[in-house]
Amino acid sequence: MEPVEIIEGCVSHLPRADVDTDQIIPKQFLKRVERTGFGEYLFYDWIRDGEIELEPNPILVAGPNFGCGSSREHAPWALQDFGFEAIIAPSFADIFYGNCMKIGLLAVILGERDCRAIAEAGAARIDLDDQTVDFAGGVLRFEIDEQAKHRLRHGLDDIGITLQSAAAIDAFEAAAPARGADTRSL
Amino acid sequence: MFDKIWDAHEVAEGLIYIDLHLVHEVTSPQAFDGLRLEGRGVRRPDRTIATADHNVPTDGTMAARLIADELSRVQVETLERNCEEFSVPIHSLGSDDQGIVHVIGPELGLTQPGLTIVCGDSHTSTHGAFGALAFGIGTSEVEHVLATQCLVQRRPQTMRIAYTGELGAGVTAKDLILATIGRLGTRGMVGHAVEYAGETIAGLSMENRMTICNMTIEGGGRAGMIAPDETTFAWIEGRRAAPAELEAAVATWRELPSDDEAAFGTEVEIDAASLSPMVTWGTNPGQVVEVTEAVPEPTTETEERALRYMDLEPGRAMQEIALDRVFIGSCTNSRIGDLREAASMVEGHRVADTLTAMVVPGSARVKAQAEAEGLDEVFRAAGFDWRSAGCSMCLGMNPDILSPGERCASTSNRNFEGRQGKGGRTHLVSPKMAAAAAIEGRFVDIREWE
Repeated sequence: MEPVEIIEGCVSHLPRADVDTDQIIPKQFLKRVERTGFGEYLFYDWIRDGEIELEPNPILVAGPNFGCGSSREHAPWALQDFGFEAIIAPSFADIFYGNCMKIGLLAVILGERDCRAIAEAGAARIDLDDQTVDFAGGVLRFEIDEQAKHRLRHGLDDIGITLQSAAAIDAFEAAAPARGADTRSL
Repeated sequence: MFDKIWDAHEVAEGLIYIDLHLVHEVTSPQAFDGLRLEGRGVRRPDRTIATADHNVPTDGTMAARLIADELSRVQVETLERNCEEFSVPIHSLGSDDQGIVHVIGPELGLTQPGLTIVCGDSHTSTHGAFGALAFGIGTSEVEHVLATQCLVQRRPQTMRIAYTGELGAGVTAKDLILATIGRLGTRGMVGHAVEYAGETIAGLSMENRMTICNMTIEGGGRAGMIAPDETTFAWIEGRRAAPAELEAAVATWRELPSDDEAAFGTEVEIDAASLSPMVTWGTNPGQVVEVTEAVPEPTTETEERALRYMDLEPGRAMQEIALDRVFIGSCTNSRIGDLREAASMVEGHRVADTLTAMVVPGSARVKAQAEAEGLDEVFRAAGFDWRSAGCSMCLGMNPDILSPGERCASTSNRNFEGRQGKGGRTHLVSPKMAAAAAIEGRFVDIREWE
């Protein structure tokens, strides 16, 4: 994962609430076994039907509860592959938010009015260190989990970090009573 | 209950140990690729299990190599290869234990109280019906769990929804959860682990409890949970993965329910006795009304768009809406109890000649059980198409899809635009409501039907 520091540039706007991952990347494109190349299918039906137009800018401003529904990580893959480096929205669905953070797609939560103002400004500069969004209308601060920020900032491999705790996992397994059944015994 | 399970699984702060990892073909190939790239293995194949469900055809195709759609075939074959390479047990197409991942976990007895359970699928919340902490994850997290058996997680907030009273005749668990989401909205549970409690829940079967927990994600919730009780223990007893020392296990499971003084971030109370059969009218599960109501006046741009997509006008009675298709199946409503409920409505009737209807059992074992009980004959005699196990028309990743403009009464969980096929229009209902709608060709209030 690429480290995230400054994300700067024009803003695309999708002012819709409750955009689900079925719209972001329709099911027929989930059959690929590769991790790349999903960008051209982003919002496939909406774009093809002329319902929306989206420029592949660095920043997407979206509506509340963005990314609800299916857990498919193909949705953040498609957004990132299309060109977005950050998404700003009033709120995100839980699984989608986690998925974005895992792949270095910065998800920024700001109030609905702030989101609209940034979209109207048309360009912004996001500074992860300072946790700020700088645009023509001012400078706004956003909140982000410290641990998630650290991983994003340094482009760290989550699994590598957890494996550094291998001894703790070993100890946990040794100490805890066996839970659940052996799936191989069925 | 949530705190007890979370605290018992915290390896380090924010690092949770996972007891059971369910894997399917769609969200796993890139995760196995990641392991290969880094030279990593699967830490606990004995706590991992795979099946093929999302894109398997339900026409009786009995092996991955026989799947006609090339991309689907490749994905299922890739899963089989990955499982072999990493020694992960798999029940693929053709196996007696194949089925929808959230149906086979409980069916095998793998889903047990107190466990942490994850799967690369948002409907993993289903397993919380057993008093487990279960939630959906993305592919990066699938890879993380395969490699470490742990997950980096932020502790969610807690919510308890307490239901009072008994559900009326013809009102089911599906109606209860649809009504709940209708009241709280599709964002009402975001960031929360939700415990469904109260006398109403205690009186429900495990299958009904699974239906409720299954749709937690449609309210935005991270996990849905129900306290384990005698009903839970009776389900597990005798299943293949049940603990050898069942009594000892049950004794520890009895410690799990929330204490009387447990505090929740949010508390909600719902009078279950006043609920009615529900039907969605829009393009998210929160856009729902009672079957006796009419399509509501839109109050937001989102609702206006939903009505346009659904080709409905405000004021139209839900019972006047004519249907083209009926789908009974999905991880929400495809267990033997669901099929029995649907069959009870169908017996002695014929499917309306204006529509086609299908029943898709949730697993190969549910199918075999239903056939042993003669339910397949009931459905076939009425004109339903009786299919083989899979996710089928819930998400249209296999040949079972709606054509543009077709209107479907569906027992699945999502009525999103295009979910069941591009341009398809989905109305979510209970199995009983779907069955009656198939007979009448439109929605009916099953409390007054016949």
